[in-house]
Amino acid sequence: MAERTSLAVRDLAVHFEMEQGTVRALEGVSFDLHAGRTLGIVGESGCGKSVTARSILRILDRPGRIVGGRILLDPGAPGETDLIAMNAESERMRGIRGGRIGLIFQEPMTALSVHYTVGNQIIEAVRQHSDLSKAAARDRAIELLREVGIPRPELRVEAYPFQLSGGLRQRVGIAMALAGDPDILIADEPTTALDVTTQAQVLDLLRRLQQEKGIALMLITHDMGVIAEMCDEVAVMYLGRVVEYAPVLELFTTPRHPYTRALLRAVPSILATPRQRLATIGGAVPHPGARPAGCAFHPRCADFMPGRCDVGAPPPLAPGHAGASCFLEVPA
Amino acid sequence: MLSYLLQRVGLAAITCVFISALTFMIIRLPPGDFVDAYIANLVASGSSVSQEQAAAMRIEYGLDQPVIVQYARWIGRVLQGDFGVSMVWRRPVSEVIGDRLWLTMVVSVAALFLTWAIALPIGIYSAVRQYSIGDYVFTTLGFIGLAIPNFLLALILMYLGFRYLGLSVGGLFSPEYVQAEWSWGRVWDLMTHLPLPAAVLALAGTAQLIRIMRANLLDELRRPYVVTARAKGLSERRVVLKYPVRAALNPFASSIAYLFPYLVSGSIVVSLVLGLPTVGPLLLQALVAQDMFLAGAIVLLLGVMTVVGTLISDLLLMWIDPRIRLEGRA
Repeated sequence: MAERTSLAVRDLAVHFEMEQGTVRALEGVSFDLHAGRTLGIVGESGCGKSVTARSILRILDRPGRIVGGRILLDPGAPGETDLIAMNAESERMRGIRGGRIGLIFQEPMTALSVHYTVGNQIIEAVRQHSDLSKAAARDRAIELLREVGIPRPELRVEAYPFQLSGGLRQRVGIAMALAGDPDILIADEPTTALDVTTQAQVLDLLRRLQQEKGIALMLITHDMGVIAEMCDEVAVMYLGRVVEYAPVLELFTTPRHPYTRALLRAVPSILATPRQRLATIGGAVPHPGARPAGCAFHPRCADFMPGRCDVGAPPPLAPGHAGASCFLEVPA
Repeated sequence: MLSYLLQRVGLAAITCVFISALTFMIIRLPPGDFVDAYIANLVASGSSVSQEQAAAMRIEYGLDQPVIVQYARWIGRVLQGDFGVSMVWRRPVSEVIGDRLWLTMVVSVAALFLTWAIALPIGIYSAVRQYSIGDYVFTTLGFIGLAIPNFLLALILMYLGFRYLGLSVGGLFSPEYVQAEWSWGRVWDLMTHLPLPAAVLALAGTAQLIRIMRANLLDELRRPYVVTARAKGLSERRVVLKYPVRAALNPFASSIAYLFPYLVSGSIVVSLVLGLPTVGPLLLQALVAQDMFLAGAIVLLLGVMTVVGTLISDLLLMWIDPRIRLEGRA
């Protein structure tokens, strides 16, 4: 694969300093985003997907803090930049935020302010990353709305978010993310709050935009169906770690980590016999503050090996190489 | 939008009618009617009134008519600015209230603006820098401000102002201007006397509004649209001021409605201590002396002011929140 690597995340570690103690939200997360390709990030709630997205944009809320690792924009290129080394509020970082990396949100209902028109909120993003005049930025906003498939954009630009349907609002969210013409898009569960038909339309839109613009897309989801439909590579996360990384086809045909296998078993099948019980993963995701010793997944793992999995942590994955971070992969 | 506006104005008018009816009931509440009270008053001062004179007065004041007619006549006179005669002062109520109403409004509005000018920025700071040293300092000061009775604060400030700044404290005018006609000199004199009472009246409300603003803004700062704004690359200052602060102003505007009457009626003790020629102390005197026409007029004016305050806050909300503007509901 000769695609340009747009963003490389290496050993990203994020802690939340709480009164009850330090919560290790991310512990050494590594992956690459390539121009024109889609990386899926999948995992249960609380595994660190959204924290990863916010860390990349350097908009992590307190008490979250990046304690280690690197986030390299244009790795290997002459202009290589480590986003972690930058001041989060600096002019340059703000230019990257929205200008190089766009963010699409989970909740189209609450992610837009009800106090301003759709146009106002898009124009603001356009002007933040260009020298366009107000009128020109407005034309650009209308153009963006048209691009994301909103009918009659010259009228909708004056609409308030609460006057639009959920699907249209999510399209507005995408238009806003595109306003700074970024080459990297992070979509944080972009379809979770939408009905199935609208989901499919929004996913189609994302795929079309990616192909037209050669965008590197990072798609955060817990929906295996979305992963199968959209992604080129997949990173499976569990409790702040990437436990498996694989090309999408490989992941579905030969999952290697017991957690991935359990996730795939939990997907309801249309071929299942009626009244067959849905497969679940036993137990619940432990609180990140009470992380199990050894491999964090061992209390829920079907292939738990006593004396091994609960003693040491399995070796982390080398970035960019398919594999699983599991003792099953390591000869005893 | 227009229908919402008309609906609000209509409701305000209806409320005013109810308030006036209530006021009328209050005026008629003491046993006997106005003429009885008037005669008792005259007898107390040594003169007497014959039965014929009393009957003539009853007819003159329409007291022989049904209640509804009496109310209609009374409200008719009120609308022409005639609130009846104050029994204590033996002068028309409108004359007794006179300047006091305007001075009350001047003091209240000054206190209101001062409250906002202090509470808004501090509330925003406290929320954005939650748990910082500054937040703790302002929170502590705010609670002290809430806890200290206003009249005590008034006394302390008066003492400090008199002892160390040589201010002429008490009242809204220097002695030479108290009875003077309105002139630029008198207006300027009023302006120089305004800060002390305005500050005293503003402080308790300020502490309260700081807490409200801080809590509102803390809620709003956690909302997804704030992340959206940050992800655009906007500066933090712009993000906070444009989005969450605007949303946090919403309940803030609603509070104007009851802040206004609170400033008027809640300030009675402070006004007495500071010797302010406002409506508050007058209401207290009128109630103690059972001066029903005066009390009724003040109650009516306070009621109408509350309704007007509510209307103003509704209009402000319309301006702040497009959902109300476009859908006619919150």
